[in-house]
Amino acid sequence: MPSNALELYFPFLLQIAIAFVLAAGLVGASAVLGKRLKNKVKDMPYECGMTPAGDARHSFGVKFYLVGMLFILFDIEAIFLFPWVVVFRQLGLLAFFSMLVFVLLILTGFFYIWKKGALDWGKFNPDELKG
Amino acid sequence: MDFFLLTIIKAAIIAFIFLTTLAYLQLLERKLIAHIQQRPGPYRVGPNGLLQPLADVIKLITKEDVLPPHVNAVYYVIAPFLAVFLALIPIALIPFGPEVEIFGVKTLMQLTDLSIGVVLILAISSIGVYGIVLGGWASNNKYSLLGSMRSAAQMVSYELALGIAVATPLLLANSLSLQEITQAQSGFYFGFLPRWHVFQMPWPQAISFVVFVIAAFAETNRLPFDMPEAENELIGGFHTEYSSMKFAGFFMAEYAAIVTICSLGTVLFLGGYNPLFPVEFGSNLVPLILFLGGAALLFFHGVQAQRWRDRITFPLFGVVFLIIAGVFSIPAFWPYLIPVFWFVLKAGVLIFLFIWVRGTLPRFRYDQLMGFAWKVLFPVALINLIITSGLVAVVS
Amino acid sequence: MDLILFFLLAFVAVGCAINLVLQSHPISSAISLIGVMVSLAGLYLLLGAEFIAAAQIIVYAGAIMVLFTIVIMLLNSGKEAPGRMNNLSRFLGLPLLLVMVGLLAMVLVQVVPPTQEVKFGNFTGGGPADLGMLLFTKYVLPFEATSVLILVAILGAVVLALKEMD
Repeated sequence: MPSNALELYFPFLLQIAIAFVLAAGLVGASAVLGKRLKNKVKDMPYECGMTPAGDARHSFGVKFYLVGMLFILFDIEAIFLFPWVVVFRQLGLLAFFSMLVFVLLILTGFFYIWKKGALDWGKFNPDELKG
Repeated sequence: MDFFLLTIIKAAIIAFIFLTTLAYLQLLERKLIAHIQQRPGPYRVGPNGLLQPLADVIKLITKEDVLPPHVNAVYYVIAPFLAVFLALIPIALIPFGPEVEIFGVKTLMQLTDLSIGVVLILAISSIGVYGIVLGGWASNNKYSLLGSMRSAAQMVSYELALGIAVATPLLLANSLSLQEITQAQSGFYFGFLPRWHVFQMPWPQAISFVVFVIAAFAETNRLPFDMPEAENELIGGFHTEYSSMKFAGFFMAEYAAIVTICSLGTVLFLGGYNPLFPVEFGSNLVPLILFLGGAALLFFHGVQAQRWRDRITFPLFGVVFLIIAGVFSIPAFWPYLIPVFWFVLKAGVLIFLFIWVRGTLPRFRYDQLMGFAWKVLFPVALINLIITSGLVAVVS
Repeated sequence: MDLILFFLLAFVAVGCAINLVLQSHPISSAISLIGVMVSLAGLYLLLGAEFIAAAQIIVYAGAIMVLFTIVIMLLNSGKEAPGRMNNLSRFLGLPLLLVMVGLLAMVLVQVVPPTQEVKFGNFTGGGPADLGMLLFTKYVLPFEATSVLILVAILGAVVLALKEMD
């Protein structure tokens, strides 16, 4: 049974090294072995055979930003759960109530943004399609 | 034996088996989906298509490695590398069996058992999103960029529900080390019902198991949540512009993520390597009976086969099954093989579920997908967490 | 072994940080920042703070940097044009920077009391159990205050983003 930190983490480091070598080898292999034949059509961005129009990188909706922002905030809440579960049985009801207050406060915010419509991904109105 | 030497041997064995599994998982998926759709699937290369993965690897490696001029070359190359690299790491933390003694040395049937195992797996999978996002962005293609944006938003949304669903069974085990979590699930209620977290009192974790599995589908970009690659609307999404082994790298990463998340689910909910029923009822004989039955079935069909080559290959596989059954019949091997057998069986059932769902369900619409993550999975997981913690606190 | 790992991680962290400033494309800078975050997590691990290391990766590299990347893609901000440097900043910039770093290092050495050499894994108390014990007994008030902070941040994010969407 490994006891010190080096013996615990050495296999993990080894696995990182193995993964690095394998990933680099696999991705690099076809660059070395594959043949290269360039032509103009092959070099075009793939758009189902149509001539590409305009720049691919255009601006996206602010929804994506909102999801990322909300994710950070709820993720911070989720990360607090992990030290909590480890000591849960030792602390018993104390741990339960301190987390209950924490989660209820977060849930308040959650239901607020739900009612505000921040969780709706675009409003879809079937009547609009009827014209 | 020296600790470091033993670790290197273990790492080599795990890496070899893992890579082979990834290659054959793809064949298994193609075969299973083919049978769901009532067609034979790949069967040309080798007997019943068994050499197909080898052919695929050779084909993909020798294919032309297109580097289109419109891409951002550095990130275009880094992205598949990053995806594969990060997907191959977490297998080091998965316990396949308990501590065993080999040649007088005690060792875990696992590369390493860290006290933060669960969180570390979540951490590595949380940065796994960059492979897809960068690949889609660097491709400079409209479909790819759409795919990578969808992927980023979807993976972070489901990661939240996944994290909470993972934390809930840990309330019962009170540990983040995967080995300790497995050991917390050993034993049986009334002598037969296993104390796995899905069954464990005071609050069986069936709800968080369902949340975990659903979130796992989304995290690995699988149907019904494969919006980032949706081939009939995004032409493959983030990997539209990729070719050769770079293209395959994304799929390898996806399969590695499936194996990892199914193993994690097995450890967290299905009792890891603990058997389904007690040893007193003969659970050690299950693999022996299964493989003998498989061999008998193969011999039976071999005799009745329509095609001449099946008359050779079926009995041949029957003999292979007999040899495996023979290995499982030696009690000296039981401490090593039986836990691995149960682990592989449970993880295999979960992987089968992944493929089965892909063959059965249609794709979600994107607004439904995001709404489902935030409005259903997240509150359900959180409320389940509160109920579990309340009951555990009252009981203990 | 400790020293090798420390220098490796420190080198990656500083290298990524310098790259972050030098790159002209925002995505490159964001990727460098991820590199800094991950190598910082490695440094925490060397100090024995196992849980903090994992949390660092999940929160900083996995959540905050995803938001940065999304925002950069969202705004479609392209390459930055290199700013014009005047003669003063061209010739005095680097020496002044070195002087400042030197002064900072000197102050740090004098202010921070000398501590024992850190050996990998000799530190105990960084595991999830120790952290949880402290967090839910001694520091339970700051912990609850965090939830208020998160609540305020949620409200703020939604109010700002919804104003943008209308």
